[in-house]
Amino acid sequence: MNVAVAKTGKGRAVSDLFTSAEGRLPGSTAVTAVRREAFETYERLGLPHRRIEEWKYTDLRALVGEVLPLAAAPDAAALKRAADAVKTHAIAGARKLVLVDGVFAADLSDVKALASEAGFKTLRETLEKDAGLLKTTSTDAVIALNAAMATDGVVLDIADGAQLSAPIQIIHIATAAAASAFTRSQVTIGKGAHATIVESFVAAGSKAYQVNDAVIVSVGDDADVAHIRLMDDAPDAVNLTSHFVTVGANVKLKFFNMTTGAAVSRLQGFITLAGEGSELFANGVNLLQKTEHGDTTLVVDHAVPNCVSREIFRAVIDDRAHSVFQGRIIVRPDAQKTDGKMMTRALLLSDEAEADNKPELEIFADDVSCGHGATAGALDDSLLFYLKARGLPEKQAQALLIQAFVGEAIEQIADDSLREHVIGIAERWLERRS
Amino acid sequence: MALLEVKDLKVRVEEREILHGLTLTVNEGEVHAIMGPNGSGKSTLSHVIAGKPGYEVTDGQILFKGEDLLEMSPDERAAKGVFLAFQYPVEIPGVATMNFLRTALNAQRKARGESEYSTPDFLKKVREVSKSLNIPQDMLKRGVNVGFSGGEKKRNEVLQMALFEPSLCILDEMDSGLDIDALRIAADGVNALRSPKRAMVVITHYQRLLNYIVPDVVHVMSKGRVVKSGGKELALELEASGYAQFEDAA
Repeated sequence: MNVAVAKTGKGRAVSDLFTSAEGRLPGSTAVTAVRREAFETYERLGLPHRRIEEWKYTDLRALVGEVLPLAAAPDAAALKRAADAVKTHAIAGARKLVLVDGVFAADLSDVKALASEAGFKTLRETLEKDAGLLKTTSTDAVIALNAAMATDGVVLDIADGAQLSAPIQIIHIATAAAASAFTRSQVTIGKGAHATIVESFVAAGSKAYQVNDAVIVSVGDDADVAHIRLMDDAPDAVNLTSHFVTVGANVKLKFFNMTTGAAVSRLQGFITLAGEGSELFANGVNLLQKTEHGDTTLVVDHAVPNCVSREIFRAVIDDRAHSVFQGRIIVRPDAQKTDGKMMTRALLLSDEAEADNKPELEIFADDVSCGHGATAGALDDSLLFYLKARGLPEKQAQALLIQAFVGEAIEQIADDSLREHVIGIAERWLERRS
Repeated sequence: MALLEVKDLKVRVEEREILHGLTLTVNEGEVHAIMGPNGSGKSTLSHVIAGKPGYEVTDGQILFKGEDLLEMSPDERAAKGVFLAFQYPVEIPGVATMNFLRTALNAQRKARGESEYSTPDFLKKVREVSKSLNIPQDMLKRGVNVGFSGGEKKRNEVLQMALFEPSLCILDEMDSGLDIDALRIAADGVNALRSPKRAMVVITHYQRLLNYIVPDVVHVMSKGRVVKSGGKELALELEASGYAQFEDAA
């Protein structure tokens, strides 16, 4: 395929978008050069489509078509709506960092309370000095587009040995309809630190918007980290998120993602276990209905020996929705004694629901224990009848079994109020079922 | 007063008729035993009364407290007071027994327009009943029936019976898979629930269970019909002579 073919009319629309947004994108001259380069990468590739292996099941040209114009910075009315949304979606006791339409909202955030426990800057601030955070070697068009267009984000620095007393919750709120928000954040967790980071994506009355987020995480040796992402965007939104995670030695990292919103979404996580003796638990839940398309793609790279990775993924798919799970485990030649396992299960609630599951093991070491398993099926009629015979109406019986189905992935969230928050989002999804 | 009236019931499963015109009346306060060989339709009757899918009623009717039971969904039947103790209670991983019990009890109460139980009242009630059934508290924290022994599963069914306070209990082969001690505990639990307002239908293959739960009326089923009814002595007679005589009669 030559360059001319990849550059479709839809790619052209983005080009106009970049030109029109360029004056509003923060950063020095050096930053602008980096953005331009990233954008050129994007323009050369165009939106990913099914002939690109990594995007085989999530053809953005077919599903999304075009990238919407950059959202305007939120005005007072938008911030008022966002403030209401914060009240609804904030986790009790968490330190909030709020991004509204891709712009950090200091008035809605707990910057002062956070100051004693973590270093904080906005992406906008860091770009005044340095383009480093936008630099990427990725050849993924969505990531390149993010680098080109990112307006803001949070840059968190959790010191060595810090024991955070409360979770940090990054809340992305969309208020602008038919517009795009591009955010890029960095979370650096020091050696021996203990932290819980939650990311929430929600709408405040907004419709048909697009989110393109990137998060760069680095976890220092001996740290104990819970990283939870809760994507509950509007039912007609698009959310494309990329995570780049580097894990040090003897780390315990528990990652959890739950998708309960967006017409089209993809979380692509690239996790590198770069220090020995670390344990990664990466769990995910997709709850999809109507015609939603939700893609979770995880690449776990065992670069060193003696690490453990566990992935538990659950998809509940109703109506004509489509869930995708792609899980790749790479074991580098030196990464002996790697223990990597991946288990995915899909629950199909309708005859037209679709699940695609692509496990890939790339093993270059000879003394490892790796495996994967996958199942797909419907709710068990005998269990449903038992519950109904005990007085539960059909929908309530289904809800109880669905909650049990996803429970195994959720139960790793140790904090009670956090787990209740997650279960609450799942319950609201169940109530939305027709 | 008649609690359950099954009139000339004909039931098919996948084009095959299993019940060929079964008639049975159970009054309030009575305990009826239904005995019969394998394949006589005992379990089919219990499933049709509870509303299990897959059974086609081609003729006849089932009235419960004078209302047409066949018009109701399984959950509506439960809320009206029909309880089926399963021969093989299912395991439901991930649904804690306590959560299940509370959800089911409150669903039934809601359907009847009653207020939901408060947490302390509910816990008090569960503790009382589970103690009398020798059910340890940690069992209630586990998934419904997950890892339970045969005896524990049956005791869990009796626990639900005690909690939900149904007016009709159908016990489908409660003795299957139980040793004598487990059977005695479960039967004691059932006997404690006998009351002038509650009826029970005990379905069993063997007379043994009826030594523990003594029936008022015994019915013999064969080939999809009740072929003989009598007092509790009929069960002993069956134990001595077997079912063969009735198979000919049917």
